[in-house]
Order: sequence, then C-alpha cells, then structure tokens
Amino acid sequence: MPVGGKKQSPVAVELEEAVVTSQVSGREWDVSGAWNRMFESRVLTDYSYAKGLGKIAQLDGGESLEYCYGCGKCVPVCPVDLVSEYGPRKIHRKVQTGLDLFSADELWMCTTCGNCLRVCPKGVNMIEIMPAVREVSVGDAKVPDELQGIFEKTFRYGNALGENPRRRHAWTKGASVPVRVLSSDPTPVDVLFYVEDYWSYHPRGQQAAQAFSRTMTRLGIDFAILGAEEKTVGDSQRLAGEKGLFDALVEDVTAILAKYEFQRIVTPDPHAFNALVKEYPKRGFTYDVLHYTQLLSPRIQEMNFVNAIEKKVTFHDPCYLGRHNGEYDAPRKLLRAIPGIDLVEMGRCKENSYCCGGGGGGMWLDGFNSNHLSERLSERRVREAAATGADILAVCCPYEVSRFEDAAKSTGNEHLKVVDIVELLDEALGGAETI
Amino acid sequence: MKIVVGMRQLADLVEELEVADSQVDIDRDFVKFVSNEWDEAALEEALLIKESVGGEVVVVALDEPDVDQTLYSAIAKGADRAVKIVGVEEGWTPTRVRAQLLAKWLESESDWDAFFTGVQAADDLDGQLAGLVGSTLGIPHAAVVSKAEPQGSSLRITQEIGGGTLAESVATGKVVLGIQAGRQAPRYAPITRIRQAMSSSSIETFEAQDIDEGVGPKVRKLYPPESKGQATMLEGDPVEVAEKIVELIRAKGLIR
Repeated sequence: MPVGGKKQSPVAVELEEAVVTSQVSGREWDVSGAWNRMFESRVLTDYSYAKGLGKIAQLDGGESLEYCYGCGKCVPVCPVDLVSEYGPRKIHRKVQTGLDLFSADELWMCTTCGNCLRVCPKGVNMIEIMPAVREVSVGDAKVPDELQGIFEKTFRYGNALGENPRRRHAWTKGASVPVRVLSSDPTPVDVLFYVEDYWSYHPRGQQAAQAFSRTMTRLGIDFAILGAEEKTVGDSQRLAGEKGLFDALVEDVTAILAKYEFQRIVTPDPHAFNALVKEYPKRGFTYDVLHYTQLLSPRIQEMNFVNAIEKKVTFHDPCYLGRHNGEYDAPRKLLRAIPGIDLVEMGRCKENSYCCGGGGGGMWLDGFNSNHLSERLSERRVREAAATGADILAVCCPYEVSRFEDAAKSTGNEHLKVVDIVELLDEALGGAETI
Repeated sequence: MKIVVGMRQLADLVEELEVADSQVDIDRDFVKFVSNEWDEAALEEALLIKESVGGEVVVVALDEPDVDQTLYSAIAKGADRAVKIVGVEEGWTPTRVRAQLLAKWLESESDWDAFFTGVQAADDLDGQLAGLVGSTLGIPHAAVVSKAEPQGSSLRITQEIGGGTLAESVATGKVVLGIQAGRQAPRYAPITRIRQAMSSSSIETFEAQDIDEGVGPKVRKLYPPESKGQATMLEGDPVEVAEKIVELIRAKGLIR
C-alpha cells in the first residue's frame, strides 16, 4: 500500500443479483450471490457500452482505453495514484461501470506524465485518451474555472500568465549581456532561443533565462530571441483539451518563425520541445529543435569553471524531456561537469521518475485537484528529494522552480534549494559579476 | 424572446495606460482592447434566458478596436447574430453618444423584447448607458440588475437598490436593463468555436446615423491620480506597534 495518500478501501460496484433462464424448462432461477459470476458477465452488461467505453473509443485518440485487460501494472507507477485514487486501470473500470468521464473530476487529474504507457502491455495511451475526452468537454464549455482563465489568457495574450506580450523580453535588461531581439535585428542567427512563458515572466524563470544568456555568450554561441513576437508553443494547453487554441497557436508561431532565418531552435521548456518535435511536424512544420541541456552538454570541454559548488545535488527528470523524449543524460552530464557537485539520485528517477504535477494542464489545476489529492505531486516529490539529504534540487523545466519552491515551503523543507541547472552552471562559470 | 445585448470595448488593464497628447483621452495606439466584463454578464444572462424559453440573442457594438473578437466570441457562446455600428468617430465615445447610436439601431430593429447591457464599464464608471437608451426610446429601464428570469412572456427582475436591499419586479413589454451580474459566471467560448464563427458567420454592419448629442458633461482634462501623502511604516516589535496604532486611533478621536 502506498504511503502518504488517503487510501480508501476498494468499493465494490459489481451487482450481486443475477437471474438465469433455463434453456430446457424456460424457468428462471435466482442465482444472486458472489459465487454466481460464472453464469453471467453482469457487470459488463448492466452498464451501457455506447455511453461509456464506446463513446470514448469513437474519439480520435480515445480508442485504446477499452484495450485495458485490468492487469494493473499502471496503478503503482501512476504519480497521481500515490496521493489519491487513480491510475488508468481504475479509470477504465470506473468508465466500464458507469462513470461519465466527460463530466467527471477524474478527467482533469491526469498529468499525461506517461509512466503508465511505459509499463502497459496493451498500449492504453492516456496521453491521447485524456486530451481527446477533454476536447469534447472543452467544446461543451465544461472546463474547471481556473483552467478556463488560462485558456482565455493564452488566446488573448499568447502566454498562460496573462502578462503583457510587449513585456515578454523585459528580463533581458538584467542579463548583463546583450540579447538580440530578431524584430529589431533580423539578420540570420544560429540559435533561436525560444524562451517560453515561465522563463519570460516568472521572476525565478527570468533569472534562469538571464543565466542561460550569459552561458551562451561565454561559449560564443550566436543567439537571438523573438521578444514581443513570441507566443507560447501551447503543448500543455493542447493536452488540457483546448485543441482549437493549439491550432491557432501553431498558425501564429509558425508564421512568426517563417519571418526569420535560424539554424535551430533551443528552448528550456520540455513541453515546447515536445510539441515542436512531435506535434508541429504532423502539421507540416519541421524544425531542428534542442532542449537547452542538449545544446550545452556537448560543449562542456569549452566551459571554463571558476567556482566550485560544494553541494549535494539531486535531479528531477522532467516527464516531457525524459520519459516522453528519452533524454536522461544531457542534464546529468552538465551537473557532473560542475566542480564540487555530488549528484545523488532519488529512488524514482529516469524512466520511472515522479511527476511534478504540472504537465497536461496540471500546472493550472492545483486548486481544482486539491479536493482529490492528499498532497500535491510537487510536495510528494520535494519530500523524496529532501530524503536523499540533498542541499539542492536541480531542475531543467520552467514549470518546476515555482512548483517545487512552493512545495519546499509547504512541506517544511525550506533548506532544500530549488535551482535550474543553468543557474548552477552560470554560478560555476562566474555568474553575472565576471562577465 | 428576442434579447439584444449591447457590448463595448475598453482598454485592457494589462497595459500601462498613458494620457494622450490631447489630454482628454488615453493614448490608444499601443493599447489592447477587451470587452467590458459587465457586458459579458449581460450576455450570459441573455443566453440563459434563451436556453430556458427559446428565442434569439443579438449582440450589438460600436466599431471599436478588437471588437470583432468580442462579437465572434459572443456567437461562439450562443448568440445568433452580431451587429457592428460603423462610421463612428475614433477615440473615446461618451455614454450619451453611445446611447443615441445604439438607440438608432434599436429603432431600426423594432421586434426585440429586451435590451441588456452592462450596468457600467470599468473605464468611465458612468453607469448611465441603460438609462439613456431607455429614455431615448421611451422604454422602461432598470439598473443594477442581478437576475432576469423569464416568467411567461415577461421578465422577473431582481435589482440591488442600495443598503443591502434587493427589489423584485416584473417587466411586461419592452424593457432596458443594466446588468450588474449574471446568475452564473460568463461561460467559456471554446477557441475551436470562435474560429468556426470567424469562418462561417459574418458580422452585420449598420451605418451610424446622425444624432443629436444634446447637452452633457465634457472631459476637460485626463490625468493620473495625484498621490496625497504616503503610508507610514510603524517600527518596533508587535507590542510596540500595537501601542502606536492605539495611540494613533486615539489621536484621531475614534476611541477615548
């Protein structure tokens, strides 16, 4: 039994009444009781297939939920189940026995972290099922209020925070190095730094964007940003079910990208990385895309470290960099290269890494989901990180600094510092003072 | 029931507002515009009525910046038609002018049963639009309406009338309402439907008619609020600070 969560005993939803009609005499026999399962598959026939699994199977992406044969491998690896009652097998069973997923709170609890799909022998793909069902609910305007606000802000301003688009590159002022904005200097560039929302606007994200700019400058990388023209790539909005919004963003983002000449896109956001690598090509737009750790890790030999960081550090794999896109080494190579750092792994790491709770729209559903969780996923993860004895929890996804910093405070682990890998690199390379 | 909803645009407060050189308006060049939230409440109330008793909802707005997005969103939410009054002078439109322009269109479209609009707008907080439209057309009006529910062919109206009191009344025949709040928060307009509305529906246009503006106040000067003194920070531990607060309250004559 997992620890920490408010586990409830399973509730039997199977009906215990059955009547069997004799094939010989035509007489009806009441065979109610737990032993009578052998006579009829009652549970499956007492509920409507057409309104349950059948309705979901009809959706583009919803086909695989009914493939489930109930082995249950997905449940212990589901990060939400650890703090609640969840897991694809449970969802499958609930839908099979009458849950209307289209209007259920369970619809919004999946973070699309992908750990269930990794272990599923039947290929039940919640990363496609959940967005497909959510899309129907969004179309019927059945959206949690806090998520509705995010969709509206993203549509209006091109960022989930509802910030002024013209202030998207305000962070460059504190970078201590020049950061070229393509609209004012549109000459060809090697690296297009796609900053994304949380590095553009969140104060802690801005510090990471500044550190990354300094690091690229130190390595002599030719880079530029889109500034006010940048809009979010929109992957989390897509996974939260607003496909129309994602389509609109794809049009806007690709139109802006078409204006400029660049060799490759580098982004700190694994969600943007995921969409640019997997979703944009489906719509005919293919770019050479790297996560920032993939840009920097081959350049370690050129890094001139001047400060040692004598700390014990643990690292949280972002779901959309690791499990979804198979990159586990680049962030670790960078951490190991920094002098002084003692890298310790958490029990759940790499392929089996835990989820911060921010994916698939979860970033914007903490209030809504709080009714169903014994603690936030980020809080669970921070306690795991603290248990390693680490001084620093290193991350490389822009969602995580704010999520884990809050969680460190709320779980009484303020001593655990949450720092982006690029901030550690920047400090080891001399920081803002020596550039 | 055919309900017309008057909507308007105003400067989005995500921007930093600046006073234009004319000193009687904000600088509109770099400002984004959004729909007035009270108008969104009016639209929600109209859509709820349509859903319960059927009928038609028409949204009408002056041609103001980004107004198309507001009108298409209204269609995506369930409005049947959208009308834009064009040929309006650019810049801020005084409520009297707005009321006259809307009244001209309402006269041309005679078969409506009710006209809803937000009780006020965040930019001028004037709160006169519903009243002025009603008086121009000679139609009864009610303001600060928090509920409008269908009752037969009439509307049962709940109004806030100050001092924490609510008043209920029944409007028979045509009526103009200034809506303070809807029975529920404005619904979500899925982006797919907004995009469908943009490609499959069209916004009707209506040429602004000549109007008699009449007498009324004019803006002479617009300026940011002047700061009057600043907050005083009380230093010390909580007990000392508490004593200082008590002393201050006593000095102001609030306690003896």
